[in-house]
Amino acid sequence: MRKQLITAILYTVATTLLLGIAYPLAITALAQWWMPRQANGELITRGGTIIGSQLIGQSFTGSGYFYGRPSAAGNGYDAANSSGSNLGPTNAALITRVEQSAAQLRNDHGDADVPVDLVTTSGSGLDPDISPAAAQYQIPRVARETGLSQAQLAQLVQANTQPRQFGFLGEPRVNVLALNLSLRQRLAETRAASSSRAAGADSGKAQP
Amino acid sequence: MTRKQSGGNTSLWDGAIVRRAAVDALRKLNPVTMMRNPVMFVVEVGSVLTAVLLLRDIHQQSAAFRFDLQITLWLWFTVLFANFAEAMAEGRGKAQADTLRRAKSETMANRALAAGGTEQVPSSKLRAGDIVFVGPGEMIPGDGEVIEGVAAVDESAITGESAPVIRESGGDRSAVTGGTRVLSDRITVRITSNPGETFLDRMIALVEGAERQKTPNEIALNILLAGLTIIFLLAVVTLQPLAIYSHSPQTVFVLVSLLVCLIPTTIGGLLSAIGIAGMDRLVQHNVLAMSGRAVEAAGDVNTLLLDKTGTITLGNRQAADFLPAPGVTKQDLAEAAQLSSLADETPEGRSIVVLAKEKFGLRGRDLANTHAEFVPFSATSRMSGINIENRAIRKGAADSIARYLEEIGGAMPEQVRADVETIARTGGTPLVVSENERALGVIHLKDIVKGGIRERFEQLRAMGIRTIMITGDNPLTAAAIAREAGVDDFLAEAKPKDKMDLIRREQAQGKLVAMTGDGTNDAPALAQADVGVAMNTGTQAAKEAGNMVDLDSNPTKLIEIVEIGKQLLMTRGSLTTFSIANDVAKYFAILPAMFAGTFPVLNALNIMHLRNPESAVLSAIIFNALIIIALIPLALRGVKYTPMSADMLLRRNLLLYGFGGIVLPFIGIKLIDMAITAIHLV
Amino acid sequence: MTANGWLQIFIFFAIVTLLAYPLGVYMANVFSGKRTWADPILRPVERLLYRVTGVSPDVEMRWTEYAVAMLLFSVVSMLVLYLIERMQQWLPFNPQHLGNVPAILAFNTAASFTTNTNWQSYVPETTMSYLTQMAGLAYHNFTSAAVGMALAVAFIRGIARRECETLGNFWVDVTRGILWVLLPGATLAALLLVSQGVVQNLHPYTTATLIAPQTVTAQGATQRITTQTIAQGPVASQEAIKELGTNGGGFFNTNSAHPFENPTPFSNLLEMVLIFAIPAGLTVTLGRMTGSPRHGWAVFAAMAILFAAGVSVAYHAEAHGNPLFRGVDQHATALQSGGNMEGKEVRFGVVNSALFATVTTDTSCGAVNSMHDSFTPLGGMVPLVNMMLGEVVFGGVGSGLYGMLIFVILSVFIAGLMVGRTPEYLGKKIEAYDVQMSMLFVLVFPVIILIFSAIAVLLPGVGTSSIANPGPHGLTEILYAFTSTAANNGSAFAGLNANTNFYNMTLGFSMLAGRFLMIIPMLAVAGNLARKKIVPASAGTFPVTTPLFTMLLVGIIVIVGALTFFPALTLGPVLEHLLLQAGKTF
Repeated sequence: MRKQLITAILYTVATTLLLGIAYPLAITALAQWWMPRQANGELITRGGTIIGSQLIGQSFTGSGYFYGRPSAAGNGYDAANSSGSNLGPTNAALITRVEQSAAQLRNDHGDADVPVDLVTTSGSGLDPDISPAAAQYQIPRVARETGLSQAQLAQLVQANTQPRQFGFLGEPRVNVLALNLSLRQRLAETRAASSSRAAGADSGKAQP
Repeated sequence: MTRKQSGGNTSLWDGAIVRRAAVDALRKLNPVTMMRNPVMFVVEVGSVLTAVLLLRDIHQQSAAFRFDLQITLWLWFTVLFANFAEAMAEGRGKAQADTLRRAKSETMANRALAAGGTEQVPSSKLRAGDIVFVGPGEMIPGDGEVIEGVAAVDESAITGESAPVIRESGGDRSAVTGGTRVLSDRITVRITSNPGETFLDRMIALVEGAERQKTPNEIALNILLAGLTIIFLLAVVTLQPLAIYSHSPQTVFVLVSLLVCLIPTTIGGLLSAIGIAGMDRLVQHNVLAMSGRAVEAAGDVNTLLLDKTGTITLGNRQAADFLPAPGVTKQDLAEAAQLSSLADETPEGRSIVVLAKEKFGLRGRDLANTHAEFVPFSATSRMSGINIENRAIRKGAADSIARYLEEIGGAMPEQVRADVETIARTGGTPLVVSENERALGVIHLKDIVKGGIRERFEQLRAMGIRTIMITGDNPLTAAAIAREAGVDDFLAEAKPKDKMDLIRREQAQGKLVAMTGDGTNDAPALAQADVGVAMNTGTQAAKEAGNMVDLDSNPTKLIEIVEIGKQLLMTRGSLTTFSIANDVAKYFAILPAMFAGTFPVLNALNIMHLRNPESAVLSAIIFNALIIIALIPLALRGVKYTPMSADMLLRRNLLLYGFGGIVLPFIGIKLIDMAITAIHLV
Repeated sequence: MTANGWLQIFIFFAIVTLLAYPLGVYMANVFSGKRTWADPILRPVERLLYRVTGVSPDVEMRWTEYAVAMLLFSVVSMLVLYLIERMQQWLPFNPQHLGNVPAILAFNTAASFTTNTNWQSYVPETTMSYLTQMAGLAYHNFTSAAVGMALAVAFIRGIARRECETLGNFWVDVTRGILWVLLPGATLAALLLVSQGVVQNLHPYTTATLIAPQTVTAQGATQRITTQTIAQGPVASQEAIKELGTNGGGFFNTNSAHPFENPTPFSNLLEMVLIFAIPAGLTVTLGRMTGSPRHGWAVFAAMAILFAAGVSVAYHAEAHGNPLFRGVDQHATALQSGGNMEGKEVRFGVVNSALFATVTTDTSCGAVNSMHDSFTPLGGMVPLVNMMLGEVVFGGVGSGLYGMLIFVILSVFIAGLMVGRTPEYLGKKIEAYDVQMSMLFVLVFPVIILIFSAIAVLLPGVGTSSIANPGPHGLTEILYAFTSTAANNGSAFAGLNANTNFYNMTLGFSMLAGRFLMIIPMLAVAGNLARKKIVPASAGTFPVTTPLFTMLLVGIIVIVGALTFFPALTLGPVLEHLLLQAGKTF
């Protein structure tokens, strides 16, 4: 019994060093060496500033953006405080919330039924994706708000739609941050193009 | 196989037994007795509880009184029905015990005095070691061993068999039982048991079930049932807080009803009845098991050791053919063989006379006026014969005759030797007949395998039981008979020690071994075997070593004993499965009834469409009580047994008692619901 | 429900089945001390470990000694975890400078991880330092799984050995489980997970500057949010062993729903396969070590049937969505998974959420990739029932197998009598003592769950006040909490606020009882079985290799489980389902 107790103590210490320290540090070293981008959270940088992670959703509720899903993490997409709503299916609070969200969305998007992911919170509260249905649902509104054509937006959505992994795994999805970043880029390009066209016209005019 | 009923022809529902059982059922309500059966004890506690609350109902003039009263009554019925089942099983034994007690009535014995002469003492004063004399018409005063004389004894009081049996000193038929009656002649008996420990005493105790101890499987099953009872007790007790949370608290009557319906009352109520009935079935087959453990072990047996003689073959070898030596006619051989056997009273000898008569029309001659001199069989010469009119006819084993012929200057012809070998190889026993210095030929003695025994062994094999034939024959002979009878293996030239070694070997492999035996030299093996069935005709030593006694002394009965053991276990297993499977329907009856008042949506679970909550609960509890009564015959008779592999048995019983156990209560509860609503009980 | 959905379920299970055989054979070799490919590297490590810790690897233990060693190791390592939690503030690897964990929460967590439960009353991102996560929590993910495997192997030995007093050496079994199975498996899985985007670093949390700053109003105050703090950490190394050891303790609060724990459908598939791998393989190990491979497969088949039933119900229920969501499109189309998406991630959809929920509760894992509390009543009942059945559908690493084997013993006993013999299990006669200990094992479970739940619902101040969703759903939350802890699962109907003194204490006790009170009778059965002779099989032997046996086993598991908990379920999820269909909310 006494011998076993000593063994238990020594064994705990020895295996803690092996499994609790050596193993995670070794994995960290390997990961940082082989796959630093993934190991550090697939961070997106613009002009030297980290603007987010490819994998972590952000809140987009303003006009001119594709909306993400509602979030129950902190004040919404709090990536240091992941959380779902944990509302049960018969909870009046859930039903009311969904009804209100749906009503609001229908205000901006017309009378069609709202794709379910747009009115439900995700498990993590950090879901980076919406369904292609939810993205397409928003095209008319975003077109209206940005002035881009629906065809252009459809093409953007298409470009940002990830199909099922290996063709069968998971669900097709659209990364909201990526979509909005390419939307901004497209807008910037369009503006640049129109201003350069304007500039070009000017210069043309200036030439004799 | 004859099936005698030693306790008189008691049908299942014999009036006297039912009456006595009904009274006993009430007597068994004593909580101290009930405590031995945890399942039914819980029901009894529930019944008492509801009965007390019923008084409060009366006091408060509760509207629910009618319903509560009915629930309470049915709860009490449930307990009583279970007690009744047990009492019914015991009743048959008790009736038998009464018959036996009559045999035990006090008699006076002639006890030998040390100084010579005798004294009259009551049989109850006899101690082991006393010597008594018993004359014609007298009752044998106690168990003992015949040490002098031979007598015909009527043992019908114990065996139910009216034909008298011979008991004689020495050998394997020396045991006598107290309470049996000497019909002719006088015998001297050494008493072997003390008062209260006689065979008859033990037998009475056994059939009455007074000493009944729970068998290993029964104990294990009881633990399982107790465990399930605790689980359901928990489920029901904790249901009340959950019900309070859901704003629909339940009355104690409904909760107790749910509990009683869920705990395995069917098997709980019938378990001891099944055990008693199993022992009783053995008694009906004239087998006394000294413990329930032995009966269960019989069901578990993997290997049967069967004595060849009497079990596999008819008692003795019989002459089947005469094979003459070159230059001898068959007729001459037959004539010589018959002559040599006229004085031979052994069954073999008689069969030779019979064969000669039947085949060659030779009639037994009256030898009184000829100068015939019989030469009896002796251990040294190992042959027998007759000297008549200058003819010295001898009959014996081949080697003995060969030696004899050599001594007197004759020789065995090659042909005779060849015949001897052929016969031996095919399992027969060759006997050579010689006249003076000339060998006349060979008598072919054959073992006759009992009719139907082969099929019997096939069934056993299907059940996974191996049969091993034990014989004193040489391996060649044994192999041939083994082949013919279809046993799995044989032990040839078996000496008692070989038998013992075989049992040990089998047991070391984890197998359970059953055997029969009668001689004193069988005793160690009988004791070693897991199931040792001693023949009642056997010695006292054998009867004490074994854990069963067959009063018919029929070695084939071992197979039936195994079947009874299996049937006992199957009945328990089937009813346990049935009982547990029943619960599914009861849930669907009671749970919606409990909560549909508060939550009408729960009526979706009322798949039987029972009329109303009261009727649903009542129907379930009535079904639960009545099913015990309905299954009493099954418990007492045992489930139908057909020999087949375990896989097939499981398939059949699972379908019958498992699936049937799920379906039947749905129908039963619905019918009861229709009935009680039709007569406005609720 | 879609064809693709069923295909994903099928492919997942096909992988598990294909993996079970080689892994099971490998584990049989490992625990029988036979040579394996890893010996040249691992044997020296093993010998060194024994030398340092004073283990005599050749000394076999009786069941009681085995139990004592197991208990001592558990107590000591639990104490160490408690101390790490209580002192993390002063220890390294704490870039967020998190404070010490409060005493009762530290007790609850230590009990939780020692018992392979990984119930989490805390939010890890804001409570546990990297050191606590690595050396405390992930460490126990290895050891509690290794202990479970050792116990299962000891049980198998009990069945396989004849007339033997001992069950093996606890330290050797644990060591071999760690070095030969868990460590290589976790290393490989961790790197695969990193490749999918699971983070693995020791950095402080990252601050990102939002491209679209938000204005939120919370508790009456309006707040402008311009940054997002992204939690980081050594996640992949913990994630791998969390699944492989069926532990389930998330590095983050939302566990495998969190994109850094489970970023892609492939990582999701990998995690589910990791959860089932060892428990499924152990059925093959069982067949192999007992010399009856077909029995191993018969047990596997029983598990497969229960798995298929569970996932079918869950998928069906979730795909149908919530009938009260009006004006919402819940239909499955090529562009969305549809169904009840509350608490679920888009990348997983309803099928992978329902599948993960089934897998994680079939086993004692308890990791979640969606919030069970927000499942439809029937969808949420599946995880609950899976746990109530005793987590024997593949089950926890080791614990699933020995739990299943106790059910096998009871099935053999109940039905075995029906073939007219004293029931035998692979040649071992099942007798009173075995039944007694098996019943004790089975009893522990309803005792904990039902009694604690009954107490909790009767205490409005401390019990029902933690409920997040009123009505029958609240009852389910409480039932779920005690079931999950007693079953050492650790998943939650997370709405219930369990970080209170009442729940931290009762749930902590429930976890300890659910593990150790069940292990002791289980080892007693194993020790008793080992002592017995083996009766050779014959035509009269109760068959434990046939489809009929598989069906019987399934029936007994369902009936014993359902009969015990059916009343409680009726007032919880069943009632909620019927009320939901009738349009009632709370």
